[in-house]
Formats: sequence, structure tokens, C-alpha cells
Amino acid sequence: MQKKLILDSDLLDITISRLCQQLIEVHNNFSETVILGLQPRGVFLAEMIHQKLEKLLKKKILLGYLDATFHRDDFRRREIPVKANETRVPFAIEGKRVILIDDVLFTGRTVRAAMDAMIAFGRPKKVELLVLIDRKYNRDLPIAPDYVGKVVNTLTSQKVLVELESKGLNNKIWLVNKE
Amino acid sequence: MSKLSQKHLLGIKDITREDIELIFETADNFKEVINRPIKKVPSLRDVTIANVFFENSTRTRLSFELAQKRLSADVINFSASNSSVKKGETLLDTVNNILAMKVDMIVMRHASPGAPHFLARHINANIVNAGDGTHEHPTQALLDAYSIREKLGSVSGKKVAIIGDILHSRVALSNIFALQKLGAKVMVCGPPTLLPKHISQLGVQVELNVHKALEWCDVANVLRIQLERQHIKYFPSLREYSLYYGINKKLLDSLKKEIILMHPGPINRGVELSSDAADSQHSIILDQVENGVAVRMAVLYLLAGAA
Repeated sequence: MQKKLILDSDLLDITISRLCQQLIEVHNNFSETVILGLQPRGVFLAEMIHQKLEKLLKKKILLGYLDATFHRDDFRRREIPVKANETRVPFAIEGKRVILIDDVLFTGRTVRAAMDAMIAFGRPKKVELLVLIDRKYNRDLPIAPDYVGKVVNTLTSQKVLVELESKGLNNKIWLVNKE
Repeated sequence: MSKLSQKHLLGIKDITREDIELIFETADNFKEVINRPIKKVPSLRDVTIANVFFENSTRTRLSFELAQKRLSADVINFSASNSSVKKGETLLDTVNNILAMKVDMIVMRHASPGAPHFLARHINANIVNAGDGTHEHPTQALLDAYSIREKLGSVSGKKVAIIGDILHSRVALSNIFALQKLGAKVMVCGPPTLLPKHISQLGVQVELNVHKALEWCDVANVLRIQLERQHIKYFPSLREYSLYYGINKKLLDSLKKEIILMHPGPINRGVELSSDAADSQHSIILDQVENGVAVRMAVLYLLAGAA
């Protein structure tokens, strides 16, 4: 199995700092903005960004976890169903600006399902999408990210492997060739 | 693993501890869903489910129907009392006719033990047993164990006493299997005539004195006296039953500890449970009903997903 490093720990740190600055540019003091991390793997990234933003702005920012499992369009079409994760949105998103955060944007189907799941918590004023890795030319749906960590050209047969830890010392992102 | 080991839910006896834990974890997520402002998810939108009830039911049937609707499934309801069963149609014919209308899942209640197992051998659709005579009622046992887990953190190591009409109760048998698989200790308690003869072979303790049973347990699951299944007299009178086996506030207050009180419903108030006990802070009867919807959603979701 061939592995190629896309982002290492240092580069990841710089990328996340840049994403935070971009977010602040658009959302000012986050008074009308909430962050939703997509389960399961967007949550770590959302937590990292959330932590950094709170430090930069010196205030509390609302963070929730959104699980799109029950809204997926491939239910009953795959051998083994995807296991559901916790959804925790302890605030109303009605009239708010929402930033959806996921690690990798591939076909766009998870994001579609996530938007479907999100609507159950109210009608947001505006929804934006932040992803760490945008896999170009692989979209099945007309979905585009608003904030991107890094754009990567990949083949469908390849896989992006994200190794994030909550402590963040050994974070690495790989491009893997499947057998 | 996120798949059940079985294609059907016929009884707790047939499923594994891992299956039960997967159902509980999935139910946790559905419990969050049914407490949202919009209580519905689109998972089962291409699934049609028939609720086939050959025996009366309110709670179970409503709970199943609500679970199906919360999952966006199409639902048809069938009850034997106003159907061709009265004209002499067989069970297999009735179900095959329903399936010919392109139904994917059957939720069935039947008065004969083993009826869903018989169906499972002859048809292709997923089957969920919603109670077969005096045999099993798997979703009730799952929601009971789920409610204990929710209240006490886990089921393993807890002491549960099942009190009342054990002989005629499908809830008792399913509960014994579920609780034992999850590592709880189980005791049954009731008048000798309402305890099956060889029940101790299932590995449960048997107690005839209700006060002693309550002193022993962390959770008391009180069962209804099933008068509709009692064709002979098993005890002299309801009054006498209530006197010796009924649970009331005074009895609960005389215990040295707090216990949790459960009942699968419908309650015969003043017989197995007095009103002051049923409505006390010990009781989690209404939590059981809420959890029933979440647990049934999890069962239907997991069975449909593996198809």
C-alpha cells in the first residue's frame, strides 16, 4: 500500500490558523454564527478550529455535533449500514449563520445528508462549508466548499487518510493508493 | 460491527449480547431524534411495513406505528377482528397476500407461541415479533433493559425482580433472556400457581414473598395479572392477590433502600400496583413508554439496513 503525505503536523497547524483568520474576516465576532462539526471525523477538526477561534476572539462560540447517518441516501444500498453517532446541537440554529465542518469533501453526499439533518434544528440564515481536504473532480452533487484547507487531485480509487488526535502532536494526512 | 446477527427479531433467545448493545447504542441516537422539534428522519422512506395484529394491543401497536412514522416508512395496519381471518383464511395465506402488495417488513402479534417463527421459515420479508402468545415479546424486554440502563448506567450486575403473573407472561420470558444476556441477576416472584414449574432451570431465583423480593432487588418489574389467559382460578380473588402480592407506597416505604419500579402496562390499578406506588417517584413507567419508541426505531432501522 503506497502512502503519500499531504499535510504534516506543522503544515496542518498553519492551515488551521489560516482557516480561522478567514472565518473571522467573514463572521467578525461570531455573535450570529454557530459551528457544526460533522460526525464522525469532522468533529476533531471542528474542535480544533473552535478552540483556536475562542482563543483568538476571547469569547464563547457555540459548537455542535451533527450526525447525518439517518439522512444518508445509501441506506439499504450498502452491505453493512453505517453506525450512527451522537448528534448534539444544544442551541437553536434558527436565523443563525452555520459553518459546517468536515475533514474531507469527496462526493458531496455526506454534506447533502448533513444539510438535511441540520434543517431539523431550524432554518438557518446562511450555511457555509469548511473542509480540510477538497478532493477535486470527484463530486457527485453540485456542492462546493466555502473554505478549503488544501485542494488535492485524487483518483476515485485513492483514499484520503486523516490521522487527527485531540492533542494534535502527531497529526498527519495521507493520500493512500488502494490495492 | 453495525449489523444485527439475525434477519428477524423473533425473540431475545435468538440474538446475542452484541446485538442488544448495538440496538441500545442506536436507540440512544433515536432518543435524541424524537426529542427534536422535528422528530422525523428519512431513513426508511422506501420501506413499507405491515403491522399485523391478531391480538389486541394499544401501547405496542401505537409505539411501533409511531416508530415507523418517525423513520418515514409507509405503514399499513391490519387487525384480525375485521378481516378475512374471520372467514377462515390461514395465517400464511393472509401474510402472503399482504406481501404480494410489496411489503418489506412484518410486525406481528399472534396468540399462538411460535407463530412468527413459523412465518420466518416460509416468507422472505423481515419479521419483528410484537408478542406471540405466552412465549416472547422481545421489543418490550429490550425497552425494559434499555430503561434500566438509562436509569442506573448499566444492566450488568444489577438485581431485577419480576413480580406477578409469570406463567402467562411473554414479557417475563423475554426479560429473563435479555437481562441474563446483559449480565443482570434475575428473580421471579409470585404465587406458586402463577410460577412455571421448572422456571429455576433458566437460572433465575424463585421467591414467594414479595417483601423479600423487594428487599433483594434494585429494580422491580411488576407484571399484570392476565385474566384473559386464565381459564381456571389460579388464586381465590383479586382482593386476596392484591393483599399478598400487590405493591403499594407503604410497602415501598418499609424498604431500607430506594428501588426502581417498572410495569409493561396496562396497569390494573389497585391489583398488582396501587395508584400511590404507580405514580410515585420510584416509578419509571412513562420513561419506559418513551424509550419504547426509540428502541423500536432502532430495531426497525437495523433490520431494514441489513436487507
